[in-house]
Amino acid sequence: MDYKWPPADQRVLIGKRISRLDGPWKSSGRVKYSYDINRPGLLYGRMVFSPHAHAKVTKIDTSEAEKMPGVKAVQIMFPEGKEVLWAGQEIVALAAETEDQVRDAAAKVRIEYQQLPHFVLDESPDKAGAQYTKDLTEKTTGDPATAFGQAEVTHQGRYGATVITHCCLESHGQVAEWNGDSLTVWASTQNVSGIGGEIGQGVGVPGNKVEVITPVMGGGFGSKFAGDAWGVACAQLAKKAGRPVKMMLERDQELMVAGARPSIHADVKVAAKKDGTLIAWDSHSWGTGGPAAPGAPPLPYVFKIPNSRVKHTAVLTNIGPERAWRAPNHPQMCVITMGALDDLAAKLGMDPVDFFRKNLGITGERAKTYDEELTKASELFDWKKKWHPRGDSGSGPIKRGVGLSIHTWGGAANNSNCSATIHPDGSAEVSMATQDLGVGTRTVVAIVAAETFGLPLEAVTVNIGDSKYPAAGASGGSTTVGGVSSATRRATVAAVNELFDKVAPSLGATSDQLEAVGGQIRVKGDPAKSLSWKQACAKLGATPITATGKTSRDLTSANVGGVQMAEVAVDTETGIVRVQKIVAVQDCGLVIDVKTAESQVYGALIMGVTYALYEEKLMDQQTGHCLNPNMEFYKLAGIGDVGELVVHMMTGPGYDDRGVIGLGEPPVVSPGAVISNAVANAIGVRVSPIPMTPERVLAALAKGGQA
Amino acid sequence: MSHKAPQDRDKDVKKKRTELEDSSSSGFSRRDFIKGTGIAGVAVSATVLLGDEVAKAAGRAPAEGEWIGPEAVDVTLRVNGQTHKLQLQPRVTLLDALRDRLDLTGAKKVCDRGTCGACTVIVDGKAIYSCTTLAIDAQGRDIQTIEGLAPESELHPLSQAFVDNDAQQCGFCTPGFVMACKAYLDHEPKPTYEGVQQSLGGNLCRCGTYMGIRHAVLQAAGKGGQS
Repeated sequence: MDYKWPPADQRVLIGKRISRLDGPWKSSGRVKYSYDINRPGLLYGRMVFSPHAHAKVTKIDTSEAEKMPGVKAVQIMFPEGKEVLWAGQEIVALAAETEDQVRDAAAKVRIEYQQLPHFVLDESPDKAGAQYTKDLTEKTTGDPATAFGQAEVTHQGRYGATVITHCCLESHGQVAEWNGDSLTVWASTQNVSGIGGEIGQGVGVPGNKVEVITPVMGGGFGSKFAGDAWGVACAQLAKKAGRPVKMMLERDQELMVAGARPSIHADVKVAAKKDGTLIAWDSHSWGTGGPAAPGAPPLPYVFKIPNSRVKHTAVLTNIGPERAWRAPNHPQMCVITMGALDDLAAKLGMDPVDFFRKNLGITGERAKTYDEELTKASELFDWKKKWHPRGDSGSGPIKRGVGLSIHTWGGAANNSNCSATIHPDGSAEVSMATQDLGVGTRTVVAIVAAETFGLPLEAVTVNIGDSKYPAAGASGGSTTVGGVSSATRRATVAAVNELFDKVAPSLGATSDQLEAVGGQIRVKGDPAKSLSWKQACAKLGATPITATGKTSRDLTSANVGGVQMAEVAVDTETGIVRVQKIVAVQDCGLVIDVKTAESQVYGALIMGVTYALYEEKLMDQQTGHCLNPNMEFYKLAGIGDVGELVVHMMTGPGYDDRGVIGLGEPPVVSPGAVISNAVANAIGVRVSPIPMTPERVLAALAKGGQA
Repeated sequence: MSHKAPQDRDKDVKKKRTELEDSSSSGFSRRDFIKGTGIAGVAVSATVLLGDEVAKAAGRAPAEGEWIGPEAVDVTLRVNGQTHKLQLQPRVTLLDALRDRLDLTGAKKVCDRGTCGACTVIVDGKAIYSCTTLAIDAQGRDIQTIEGLAPESELHPLSQAFVDNDAQQCGFCTPGFVMACKAYLDHEPKPTYEGVQQSLGGNLCRCGTYMGIRHAVLQAAGKGGQS
């Protein structure tokens, strides 16, 4: 069977601008998220968590809480005698008739702790000391000592990105309801197929007795792969009470424990020849993702500088656990590497576009992509006109500058299974237990199925977001679109071929001569010989056709490149940075839906403005507490903060023929670096780490010179 | 609180009232504060907070010195043209009453602290944060939630504009944005691009849908979608 994607001139839906199918559900406010599920007899759950960053739980007394009005179940989540490693560790869960009653009851839980020393800062490994650091393997490539000795220009600087959180607007959580020994969980998850087994294990039932339902969800960004302790506790409360329980994290708990992006800081030395050829890199990086040591980031980023020495130290802190955050490690590695290279270019007196071009040879397989994207971005941004050497020479307090960054991401397809069914009445459906995080997954599945069947989009029913459908991979690492589109393509091609087999005799043709186009099954090259889709399906008799398909490497690929340019205005009197404009040029292979693809990139840029300028998880060493577990002081960019955004998707020959590749993460990698570089171009000094708050901008200006 | 002597309760009430009067007589309200700031989501907002304005206009505001609760009391809410009689503790927010008691879950609970706008509903023509409004204070008022914008089988032109301009991703902030946009367009039928930037700063989105929202508001205005 011929599964390959239709050629450009035959695509009816693929690669067009199509509005997301779940759009009307959402903008009418009528679709039910997990947070919105109100079951008959519903109870409200709430957790009591540790106020201490490091302590031993010595006594848990829930007797008073159990007597409070409306309380129906209490569950100990953390045993006496065990040590909590961050403030916010959940200890006890309760369920009561109303939200207010469960809050009152939670206040009556008495937990005694033996406080232990904590550490929550990541400024430097020296300040942390041996007790809170772990040196990871040092790696040397080539001969950095000799290369630095031969260098004509060398730059040293410190770069970094602080800890941020996911701040999903729909907090983590779920509604759990038992029916006998079967459990239904309406979960806000990125992993519909995966969490049933985990929660089932926690409550002692097999995974096949747990149905996970997530038709829509309110944001995950990498933090919602697990069933989590609160998923198990919610099911336990529901079991004890004999009633369904909704337990969503409160905002403070969400920001304290439901995911942190690790910080990475680095002291970098980088060297080049006078003509800009990069020859040597040396970095000692460090960062924290909580009490566990994450892997070392593979610096330098994108540019594989031939002689390098890389060392990483994990700082072990009591700040709450890390979780994957959209493009794990990449935004931090990008701001470090692109910042250092930008400063080196400034020292060389080179335009960064020329400097990056000079070194594209060491970027690997995407060198040609970067080259084409640099050309496109320069044109859309008017780079040549806007770029100036370091430091805006204008006399006023507002300084303008521009910056450049490039990035990469894998995005290979996850393993997904699709079932496609054609009914004798002509209706068609595709089913898979994938989830739509708001990225357009449901729409992509529909487009691929409708394209294959030659039907209008609305003629295909898409069943996703329920674990009863064929298993699909978790949505992380930009792996979903490749998985679901290729599995859907294979299932629908197989199904429509079965239909061809059935109707070929009545068209006086063989099935390989047939095609499904424009609502018809017809003979290729002889469109007069045709049946309407409905007529063809009527020939199935009483039995529908069902065919299945799996993710296919032939229809997908991996490794994308992207280029971004930014323009900023910096008020040197207040330290406030305003993003004026960002141009993003992005490759992701064959684009299924241009409209939702562009939205992914716009969204990534806006999220990028937020982490470049505003958001930061602030920790207090004195108390061990997060200082801003709320949305007043954990700042997200507003509609007036993001400037003009221009998105260009690289499509056509050389791109489409690579097949489908994920897009969620790559465009969120560069904004920190590109805004940081634009600020440096404007004010002549490097502001580090990001976010570039007014305080840090003013401090950098006061310090002066290169960072 | 419930065990306090009545005279202590009165003191609390008076203290609270004095604080409110002080804050209004200082000439620097929270709304002024929001208007004066332009960074990261506290830009000028069409979404304003209901404070003493509500207390004045409420159908059954407590009389001077009268103490109600903490037990549930009769509360009557007029939502989307329908009257609902509920038994609620006085501390229950309008948001919780809508979501937990009336199953009107379009308004979302996100920050629960009057910051993000996901809970925005329209009360007497004004966009308000329902998470920082008490249900008892919303009595006697005309409450409109997103479910009241259009019949279930139809899409309001503003909701349609959000679809057409892909002004939503995960969609959790979307109902709040739609209601804030509606209140804005009701007051400003001819919005400009700059005006939109200025006027929707009281709502926050994490996925980053602001580009689409800018265009959706302009489209809705062009279509006269502020009915």
